[in-house]
Amino acid sequence: MKTITTPVSEQMARSLAAGERVLITGTIYTGRDAAHKRMVEALDRGEGLPVDLEGQLIFYVGPCPAKPGQAIGSAGPTTSGRMDAYAPRLMAAGLRGMIGKGLRQPAVVEAMKRYGCVYLVAVGGAGALLAQKITKAEVVAFPDLGPEAIHRLQVENFPVFVGIDAAGTDMYAEGVAKYRRM
Amino acid sequence: MREVRAAEVTAAVEQLCIEACYDLPDDVLASMRAAGEREESPLGREIIDQLLENAGIARRDRVPMCQDTGITVVFAELGQEVSLVGGDFYAAINAGVRRGYDRGYLRKSVVGEPLFERKNTGDNTPAIIYTDIVPGDKLKLMVLPKGAGSENMSTVVMLTPAEGIPGIKKLVRETVDRAGANPCPPLVIGVGVGGFLDRAPLLARRALLRKTGAPHPDARVARLEREVLDEVNALGIGPQGLGGRTTALAVHIETGPTHIGSLPVAVNLQCHAARHAERVL
Repeated sequence: MKTITTPVSEQMARSLAAGERVLITGTIYTGRDAAHKRMVEALDRGEGLPVDLEGQLIFYVGPCPAKPGQAIGSAGPTTSGRMDAYAPRLMAAGLRGMIGKGLRQPAVVEAMKRYGCVYLVAVGGAGALLAQKITKAEVVAFPDLGPEAIHRLQVENFPVFVGIDAAGTDMYAEGVAKYRRM
Repeated sequence: MREVRAAEVTAAVEQLCIEACYDLPDDVLASMRAAGEREESPLGREIIDQLLENAGIARRDRVPMCQDTGITVVFAELGQEVSLVGGDFYAAINAGVRRGYDRGYLRKSVVGEPLFERKNTGDNTPAIIYTDIVPGDKLKLMVLPKGAGSENMSTVVMLTPAEGIPGIKKLVRETVDRAGANPCPPLVIGVGVGGFLDRAPLLARRALLRKTGAPHPDARVARLEREVLDEVNALGIGPQGLGGRTTALAVHIETGPTHIGSLPVAVNLQCHAARHAERVL
């Protein structure tokens, strides 16, 4: 078990190996479909991003509203593949890691290798449990998007696995190959 | 005629939305526990334990087990001797969804229009509502919040009758294999066979309302369910797609009449958060 704190250096990102368990502490940002589309549109127009992504991690999540007394509502990962079209652009802008669940396209993995970015996976559907590891949440961009707005989260010992490392090793492919009986 | 008031419908739907999102049904939990005991992959077992812990937190703290609290699918079985009074039936259901998603702190995940603005309606309405008129004087409401992760990996195909049972098995296997980790396995797999292009997915959807692992009453279909489940679990996808024996907890097949020239088959994947709740008014 490794513990990482944000921001994450390229060296640290490259040191993580597929299959490793990692606990994250520090600040991370949320973003999913609509926020990614807007960020990439901003880059296309030659504008800056609403948050500086240098060394940062993006968590693909659209949380539930917080109940009174909660920092955030249930907050598990969404399917990462829908962000594949946008992810390489954000890596070029400094993004160091992505937290989500599910498979990624080869173009994303190639960009990860190039820029030194790591793909971390959290357990999909464990939103109630993961929310307990988030101590603070505030909207920092696109408030009109509601649950899809970019939030800044403070996390403590947020549990993830290294799904695909910066060398391109894929924990999904290796795990399935081991148990396939066909 | 027995009268049922629109306000009762609204109150029931409100509660069912919240209940479905907070309380994973006991049959799903039992099935997941049994799968955890059988699972060969240590990581798979760890994931199932985490999911069981998560379900416990949701139930105890009264919070949604998953942040994707879905589009609200409502099945209404309306007794023909029921007279609905005091308001529009569909408006009453949508009012219940609105209140349930607000008061239950559930995520609002519906866009009003799919192509251009994709603007969130802000209250999770409109629900997708199916109404069947049935004998009797009762109104049965079933609420199934369905998330996008598993729905996006679902499919409907028009097979030929010649492709038959092998064709169905191949389609389910390939659908689950292609989906891999994305639909959040372990899955419950609803398969609809028959009907037409429109009916097969509805049969598959209804199959998800069954108690997890309860076999089809027709022994031939029940056998096919077991065979498909074995094939799917041989894929090795496992919990969260990270490898293991438990790719699916159950396969539920529903069949229906179809055209002499067709074999429509729909595969509706359901994530492990196999949520549904029902009430009879």
